Amino acid sequence: MPYVNPQYLHFADALPLQSGAVLREYDLCFETYGTLNADRSNAVLVCHALNASHHVAGEYEGQSKSQGWWDNMVGPGKPIDTNVFFVIGVNNPGSCFGSTGPMHPNPDTGKVYGPDFPVVTVEDWVDAQARLLDSLGIDTLSAVVGGSLGGMQALSWTLQYPQRVRHAVVIASAPNLTAENIAFNEVARRAIVTDPDFHGGNYYAHGTVPKRGLRIARMIGHITYLSDDVMNERFGRQLRDAIVANAAEPPQQRPYRYSTQDIEFQIESYLRYQGDKFAEYFDANTYLLITRVLDYFDPASRFGGHLTEALRRATARFLVVSFTTDWRFSPKRSREIVKALLDNKRDVTYAEIDTPHGHDAFLLDDARYHGVVRAYFSRVAATLGR
Amino acid sequence: MTSFIDPTQQAIAEWIPPGSRVLDLGCGDGAMLAHLQEARGCSGYGVEIADDNVLECVRRGVQVIQANLDEGLSMFEDASFDVVLQIDTLQHLRNAEVMLRETVRVGKVGIVAHPNFGHWPNRWSVLRGRMPVTPRLPYSWYDTPNIRFGTHADLSILARRCGLHILDSCGIQDGQVVRRFPNLLASTSVYRLSR
Repeated sequence: MPYVNPQYLHFADALPLQSGAVLREYDLCFETYGTLNADRSNAVLVCHALNASHHVAGEYEGQSKSQGWWDNMVGPGKPIDTNVFFVIGVNNPGSCFGSTGPMHPNPDTGKVYGPDFPVVTVEDWVDAQARLLDSLGIDTLSAVVGGSLGGMQALSWTLQYPQRVRHAVVIASAPNLTAENIAFNEVARRAIVTDPDFHGGNYYAHGTVPKRGLRIARMIGHITYLSDDVMNERFGRQLRDAIVANAAEPPQQRPYRYSTQDIEFQIESYLRYQGDKFAEYFDANTYLLITRVLDYFDPASRFGGHLTEALRRATARFLVVSFTTDWRFSPKRSREIVKALLDNKRDVTYAEIDTPHGHDAFLLDDARYHGVVRAYFSRVAATLGR
Repeated sequence: MTSFIDPTQQAIAEWIPPGSRVLDLGCGDGAMLAHLQEARGCSGYGVEIADDNVLECVRRGVQVIQANLDEGLSMFEDASFDVVLQIDTLQHLRNAEVMLRETVRVGKVGIVAHPNFGHWPNRWSVLRGRMPVTPRLPYSWYDTPNIRFGTHADLSILARRCGLHILDSCGIQDGQVVRRFPNLLASTSVYRLSR
């Protein structure tokens, strides 16, 4: 794949939001891979999850290790084959990776939005994405694809713009969050807002970053993305080598430092590393916003909680994929989507991939998972241009 | 392109009204459903547990739901299919009786086909003191995936016990329908059932 470049589009028309607020003007950052065909029928929109961006596949020139977050899935000859499809990755409003977000100035005041960036929803994001497609001259998506929060966007596409989506691929997702999920999000948010460097969200003006809060938010998130088995396999009860080596006595006699401050177990070291890395690049206000996006998503809520009623509008063909060890978005939640589609006699294929990797599996290589997605997109490709 | 199906499936396909909505329980590689879609204008879904079969279904363009039939059919509403097929699955299931009831709950008609252990070569084998190994039952007793061993006559008794209505039943041998002494003369037993 040749090097890729992010592109920016400015939207001067206001975007009305579910909350009643309005984004008066905004920029969207996006990338494209492959070529749009003559009848503009081969576009595939990839929706990102919590901490990802428009950078789905490929690398940036002169930047090593700049591979897109779904580079194993999207590219020439890959399951979503960019030799066939024109793939679009878009960064959602409110994010911190290029599209208008809390770090940008509010056109009404000229000051940085900070904590005043309006609360956005999955539906708002889909509306913004639809406008991007309008600008690109794409009326109908061959497919909309996403994992986790991205899967929620894919599902919402089929409800908000049913006539504009031929296929929806919903991976490791759910029709709404459980109370347990919302609880995890709340712990993450409290970690951030109680960080002394948060300053009520105005930390840009104070020249600080609530890194402690971000670290803890990421640590708890990370725990929920893995499975118990994977964590045990990778880390178990292993102590850091340094502790064992530095101990004055043989490790079998005094294996612990008996410290509550230091890192002793490998898993602690790993979580702190992940937390530190995250706190370096992610914006705290964005984290607060996006976890709320997750909390709010519930297309059935307007239908008295009846998902079957809610999905009646969906006419797309669906591929739903879940992973057996994903306890954050368990197969049970995917089966709720499948059942609602079956109730409506919609075309749906459901693959429940038996993998040890937990929620993170949707980002990883797995021959069965990628095989199903590849086979599905081959079928989609066979119908192009007809 | 016509999907290849074996003579037994061919005989069963003849029973399925064109244009039916079909649920194929244990649909395997999806060949039967693909055939029904292409040759008889049917629609519907397969249910399958094995990864490689699910993949093959997707390749064929057959809608497939990956699920374990032993966990039931709660995903499907009552009478939501014209025909529910259960070809060579019942003998693999722990909850065969529950599944038989479920088959006719979600389908207006259930078609159940299973290997007939009453077929004469099987009886002959048992008479000689050995468990049967035949083209229809190619497994040795110690490595068979079949955990239920029933005859054509047995299924009739189970169906009645479940309060099901037997619309029709016959045997199939070498792709031919067997109506005389199917319990003795056919390697496959087929029932058409309703509630």
